[in-house]
Amino acid sequence: MDKRILEQHNLTEEEYRGIVDILGREPNLTELGIFSVMWSEHCSYKSSKIYLKNLPTTGKHVIQGPGENAGVIDIGDGLAVVFKIESHNHPSYIEPYQGAATGVGGILRDIFTMGARPIAVLDSLRFGPLDNPKNRVIMEGVISGIAGYGNSIGVPTVGGETYFNQCYSQNPLVNVCCIGIAPKNRIFYARAKGKGNPVLYVGAKTGRDGIHGATMASAEFDEDLEEKRPNVQVGDPFKEKLLLEACLEVMKKDLIVGIQDMGAAGLTCSTSEMADKANSGIEIDLDLVPKREEGMNSYEIMLSESQERMLLVAKADKEEEVKKIFKKWDLDAITIGRVTDTGRLIVKEKGRVVVDIPVRGIVRDCPVYRRPVKQPSYLREVNYLEIPEVPNDLNTTFLKLLSSPTIADKEWIFRQYDHMVQINTVLLPGADATVLRIKGTKKALAGTVDGNSLYTYLNPKVGAKIAVAEACRNLACVGAKPLGVTNCLNFGNPEKPEIMWQFKEVVEGMGEACRFFGIPVTGGNVSFYNETMGSAVYPTPVLGIVGLIEDISKIMSPGFKEKGDYILLLGKNNEEIGGTEYLKTIFSQERGIPPEINLEFEKQIQDFCFELIDKRLINSAHDVSEGGLAVCLAECCFMSEKKLGIEVSLEDDIRPVALLFGETQSRIIISASPSDIDKIEKLASKRGIPCQVIGRVREDKFIIKQKGEELINLSIEKIYSSWKQAIPNYFKLSEE
Amino acid sequence: MKNKKNMKFGVVIFPGSNCDYDTYYVLKEVLNQDTIFLWHKDHDLKGVDAIILPGGFSYGDYLRTGAIAKFSPLMREVKEFALKGGLVLGICNGFQILLEMGLLPGAMLRNKNLKFLCQFVYLRVENPDTPFTKLCKKHQVLKIPIAHFDGNYYAPPEIMEKLKRNNQIVLRYSTSKGEITEEANVNGSMENIAGIINEKGNVMGLMPHPERASEKILGSEDGQYIFKSMINSWIK
Repeated sequence: MDKRILEQHNLTEEEYRGIVDILGREPNLTELGIFSVMWSEHCSYKSSKIYLKNLPTTGKHVIQGPGENAGVIDIGDGLAVVFKIESHNHPSYIEPYQGAATGVGGILRDIFTMGARPIAVLDSLRFGPLDNPKNRVIMEGVISGIAGYGNSIGVPTVGGETYFNQCYSQNPLVNVCCIGIAPKNRIFYARAKGKGNPVLYVGAKTGRDGIHGATMASAEFDEDLEEKRPNVQVGDPFKEKLLLEACLEVMKKDLIVGIQDMGAAGLTCSTSEMADKANSGIEIDLDLVPKREEGMNSYEIMLSESQERMLLVAKADKEEEVKKIFKKWDLDAITIGRVTDTGRLIVKEKGRVVVDIPVRGIVRDCPVYRRPVKQPSYLREVNYLEIPEVPNDLNTTFLKLLSSPTIADKEWIFRQYDHMVQINTVLLPGADATVLRIKGTKKALAGTVDGNSLYTYLNPKVGAKIAVAEACRNLACVGAKPLGVTNCLNFGNPEKPEIMWQFKEVVEGMGEACRFFGIPVTGGNVSFYNETMGSAVYPTPVLGIVGLIEDISKIMSPGFKEKGDYILLLGKNNEEIGGTEYLKTIFSQERGIPPEINLEFEKQIQDFCFELIDKRLINSAHDVSEGGLAVCLAECCFMSEKKLGIEVSLEDDIRPVALLFGETQSRIIISASPSDIDKIEKLASKRGIPCQVIGRVREDKFIIKQKGEELINLSIEKIYSSWKQAIPNYFKLSEE
Repeated sequence: MKNKKNMKFGVVIFPGSNCDYDTYYVLKEVLNQDTIFLWHKDHDLKGVDAIILPGGFSYGDYLRTGAIAKFSPLMREVKEFALKGGLVLGICNGFQILLEMGLLPGAMLRNKNLKFLCQFVYLRVENPDTPFTKLCKKHQVLKIPIAHFDGNYYAPPEIMEKLKRNNQIVLRYSTSKGEITEEANVNGSMENIAGIINEKGNVMGLMPHPERASEKILGSEDGQYIFKSMINSWIK
């Protein structure tokens, strides 16, 4: 085979020799295309597999761990939660609107393929700094894309997080997490079982869009970026809405044996994976595949990533009934082939066999790499921190920090999303975690996505542990117990030993923390090659964690409730300033060592917070994260309905900036009625938890003192408008 | 007909409706009303006493919001039902469909900031003498969320004049204290219009979603005023 053709397919010569071995002959071009997508990093996890297998994946309530379209966990009452996170980074850079929109479409299909109705989407977004107009264009496009798809299909986008950093300027990250609910005894899997059963193609027609999308996501970008635009798919949320309703209707009856969506690598991936999982084979006829345009060849049809398509295997005698339901929803359902017992994927076109491959060969025999790892040299440089001079005016510093886009209010973003449809959203976006009631039960689900990549850049392992800890802390703050994790790991080029080292460290840290907290990892996604022109993103693990609230009447929220309530700090203030938003925003320094994390202590704090909520002793809870104590306290004021203020006095013997803006972990700010303080303090001393009253909720003013000296004294109005206006202001500029 | 115990609601499902289940849930589970779904391809209203066209993106909102839904088979019966005086409520996309069908006057433009808007808003009840607001007081303020891209109500001057003259403006965007201000008018609607009624007083459309504000746990129960008014006016 021509070297150039192999290069175009991102296959090495060694991999090619493997293909020839599997087939016992040279592949034709269509077969080569099939191998190239299935063996792409995106589909095969060939560089990440050896590390991922060490993650904890089992647990008492796990119904389905990694390896299916999504993870499934039992939540009682005959119900299961189905959830998964996926990246759509590369397409979103090339074509922000469609890239992000089809990211939402793809993850929704992963959820309803399993038989669940999607009830919420959370997204984790990373953009470059907003003073660069290009980044504003990308951000606007991505957000409109998420809104355009999610709003139309009627799945609320209920939360998420958005960070800004230079490293994402040419590599924006778009990670979308979807949560669904299914009857526990009606989960569907991607299995082509039963020789002779019909294989049905349903949904949109196949076009030339998205050919080699998965391969594109498995390479760095260079200056030919514009040429890749046709690799991005175009979404049709209306079609997907019909597909969703039709599939769920089919699933209510006993009509199908297996179902898989056509996402990355389209028809190729769905046919071969379904056959592989059932130890069967599949034979399809491309002449029967509904096509959007004339003259498509077998290569294009097999590799198309046209959206809103599903492959399902019906019970032999139920074929007509299935078709009838799809017809009701004005969708095509066409039998394009049959299940066989040959273990082969056979594709025919105009009566000729154009593909004949053992499914095992494409799905399982992909080479697995233990790529070289090397600790990057930048670490020594950036871990060293010369502490900058303390600013004179802490009030001004504080206002500047509040208006840093990473910290500032994100309402400009989430009011573009329909976050209320399906009427389950009990805690609106902006809280520590989103909370969704489960109709017909007393329960609620909580969800959060988290990951501070500045920490992982400075210390991948510690950063990953913090990501897990913080996600769990967010759940504790709303009164939820974690059920399971889905993760999206965004990295640069794994062929570079330094990147691979970051990956290894992150997975190890994440595994350690998940094991410690006893939360199974039920699935996820690895996105490598987030590099443009040789410049990679910071290692960015994003943790999506779903938790359960047994009694919906006990939900906690972050905002202060009443003037006169006491404010308490759970945890300790340490002198830690490395890797903070303060250093980044005020001094443009992304340096130092990230805050320490002691998982044991973290767990005690979380459990105690949960206990206080469970005993109905507190009125609010909010975790301390980016921006430190000062920003946390401000957020508690902003999220109070009456825009309350505070007066806080701290006695810690550490430098004022570290006290105000340091990001020491394992801290939660709570507030409680004066009558409950005694009980809380007694309980804290019984449990051995550091818990101190630091001030009271008041009106109008935001005052923080240290040892009697005022560090910050501002009006609530002033700090609120800095926080509220920061992001809209960037876009006002671009509109003018 | 009215000696039946309960009023019967019909919620129409169009392809792309996405507030159909929400509306059904509130009527059936929260307000305990006899409620059924009506399928857009049918020609049968199944003896319902009131019809609700729910929110969503019927036909993907392709072409123009509500423009294709008006051709759905069931719309013939819905129109007849409305012309005979039956209660019809259009919420969000349902309002847009009623405009396209000509059952209500005017049209919707894109929101003034050209973005989708999902948020709680305050509405001042301008006309409490309708079957949809009769449990409200004049100038009562309701807290109900909106979620739309095209909710910027427009009508030519002569129609606007008529709406005012006939007291057809039912709800207007206001502040929490009931002041009608430019700032409260988030989508840029003419005269802050959030909901209007037909001349006869039996067909109403509103952009806000009362079904999203009918339970305390969701932050407001003010939406119940609309549904309960319908129930109340049917009983009497």
